[in-house]
Amino acid sequence: MAQDNTEAHWTATRNLMLKHLGAWLFFGYIIHFFVVPLNAIKIPILNFPLGFYMGAQGSLIAFVVMLFLFAKQQDRIDRDHGFAEDE
Amino acid sequence: MATQSAATSDFYRNLGRMYGTYTGSFIAFIILLAILEQVGVPNRILGYLFVGFTIIVYAVIGVMTRTAQVSEYYVAGRRVPAFYNGMATGADWMSAASFVGMAGTLFLLGYDGLTWVLGWTGGYVLVAILIGPYLRKFGAYTVPDFMAFRFGGNFARMVAVIVLVCCSFTYVTAQVYGTGLIASRFLGMSFEVAVFAGLAGILLCSMLGGMRAVTWTQIAQYIVLIIAYLTPIVILSTKHYGIPIPQLTYGTAIAEITAREGQMLAAGLTTAAALKPHISPFINYTPFNFFAIMLCMMVGTASLPHILMRYFTTPSVREARQSVAWSLLFIFLLYFSAPAYAAFSKLEVYTNIIGRDLTQVRPWLFTWGELGLIQICGKNAANIDTIVAACKAIAGHPGVVRLQDFVINTDVIVLSTPEIAGLPYVISGLVAAGGLAAALSTADGLLLAIANALSHDVYYKMIDPNAPTIRRLTVARVLLFVVAVCAAYLASTKPGDILAMVGWAFSLAMAGNFPALVMGVWWKRTTAAGAVAGMIAGFGLCIFYLVTTRYFPGAGVAYFGMSSLANPATGAPLVNLATAMAAPNAMESWVTIAHPLANKVGWFGLNNIACGLLGMPLGFAVIYVVSLMTPEPSKEMQAYVDEIRKPRGRTVLEEKT
Repeated sequence: MAQDNTEAHWTATRNLMLKHLGAWLFFGYIIHFFVVPLNAIKIPILNFPLGFYMGAQGSLIAFVVMLFLFAKQQDRIDRDHGFAEDE
Repeated sequence: MATQSAATSDFYRNLGRMYGTYTGSFIAFIILLAILEQVGVPNRILGYLFVGFTIIVYAVIGVMTRTAQVSEYYVAGRRVPAFYNGMATGADWMSAASFVGMAGTLFLLGYDGLTWVLGWTGGYVLVAILIGPYLRKFGAYTVPDFMAFRFGGNFARMVAVIVLVCCSFTYVTAQVYGTGLIASRFLGMSFEVAVFAGLAGILLCSMLGGMRAVTWTQIAQYIVLIIAYLTPIVILSTKHYGIPIPQLTYGTAIAEITAREGQMLAAGLTTAAALKPHISPFINYTPFNFFAIMLCMMVGTASLPHILMRYFTTPSVREARQSVAWSLLFIFLLYFSAPAYAAFSKLEVYTNIIGRDLTQVRPWLFTWGELGLIQICGKNAANIDTIVAACKAIAGHPGVVRLQDFVINTDVIVLSTPEIAGLPYVISGLVAAGGLAAALSTADGLLLAIANALSHDVYYKMIDPNAPTIRRLTVARVLLFVVAVCAAYLASTKPGDILAMVGWAFSLAMAGNFPALVMGVWWKRTTAAGAVAGMIAGFGLCIFYLVTTRYFPGAGVAYFGMSSLANPATGAPLVNLATAMAAPNAMESWVTIAHPLANKVGWFGLNNIACGLLGMPLGFAVIYVVSLMTPEPSKEMQAYVDEIRKPRGRTVLEEKT
């Protein structure tokens, strides 16, 4: 039983890791492969070309949001399996 | 004992009020200096007051938080709240290269400079999901501590110490160099004196209190550096666009730059070959190198010991994770402002310098021209007569400044913005204090990482495991001092370009540490032999590539099948190998940067800054193969790995204090 729980916890942790790694790949790399076509799009009012904007701000914002989200999600997993630390 | 712990919990409860008061006092101090400037106190004195006062504050914090306890010295007693640890990590992370150099790099490289911005932020995702919290749960004092425990003892520890010292020392030299640069420029000291003066400041902060003192000073330094970085562009943005959020308004500046680039081409102020449009990608780096450098910076972030050890100081694994998120938020505040600096400066240069009659260029540039940091027509732009004479000497010069006539040192971009915006000197002094805070805080963290590895891992764990506490801490302090003096000596010889040195440090850390750290946590089957072999192979290949392409390029071409890197804009080779190899100096060793082949050859067209891209995959492959060839780790070790993965419970490693 204890062993099952350990494995279930680790499976959930690993899946969460893979999801965030995927998002990291997307915002870190994949979206910047398309910088040239994205630069043709102008963000209204702010006037940024979209490709440049993603490199200068968009991906950065995504990373920050991902990290706060990750801290929350991983804590949920730990709690669900009874492995979270006492407050 | 009871009174002591009551006093400590008071300390932690009052953190918000303390740093709030500190921030308020700092702003009051700026206002006081602004008033002094208005009543006619000379700039030189203001500069000294700014730098002197902030350094004294850091030193006072450093002395007040001195400690004689081992766990306080190495991991600040593991009581630093997530939010404050995030701020300290921000200061630890952002160095002179970020504060002074980043905006300049973006100015010069345009879109391609964003590889550094992305690379130096995205890595925190890897820290949080793959490594940081697990090392916190493990309970080490240093990164080599983890390697030694997980991978069978002192041989792994020694390899990890070597990796740590190589990458951190390269990095700290660049920081001390940056400290010297700022101090010499704003205080008028000679560069060599300034390096050692900066060093005294660094030592005062870290020597007595180790990690504990460094943590509380880094928070103070973060507050200074972020106020200093944001103030000039917020004012500039408000002046030009009426909105005090430069990160939003510089989009319009970029549109104006693009329009101006077209005009300059049409007016013959530049040629298609000389103009590098600001938003066009892959003109300065090939797409391959753009993404390679980005990957190396990201993975390097997750492997640099001075960053990882900051997460050893939080009270829990949960807070370690939150702390990574706070760190990135605080770092983000600076990095998403850097492109705004670059855009505003470029717009100023393109509209008020390029295309102007030589006699009518803006006067701010002469301040920097005198120092040799801005050149027009190949001469330092010290005054109008010099540049008029210099341009007359060029056949067919039209008498207005053309883009190709204008050369600017990247350090000037941030430092000159207050003057471009027409702000009083007090803001320039503030920027200098911010730059100094950035350099000092990073140097503190790095020196501590090196000294801790030497005192804890080498001296205590390998040479004298029975050493009493007092002696361990004395050894740590003496080593800190020795390493600092070595770094200052090396920096005073001006070894090279800050950005390249920092880049190398990341690649070395990535190749040496990352595969072993990740596999150690995520794959139980990883064996000691596999990890050690992988670290040696990955680190070895990276350092081989770096040293060969930089110092022995002729041998690289002749014996190791290296070829010329490509020009990113045209795709043509950077050097003609046949001619260069036939030259008499082709096979020289320890060549200088001026050598025709240095840094210009390699495999697959890979820039040597990104040498980690070769080392890391090899490291992973070797760890995997060798681990499968050697017997499975003991049941006991596998149980420990399970323990690291669960936040609940005691740390795996229990240090006696």
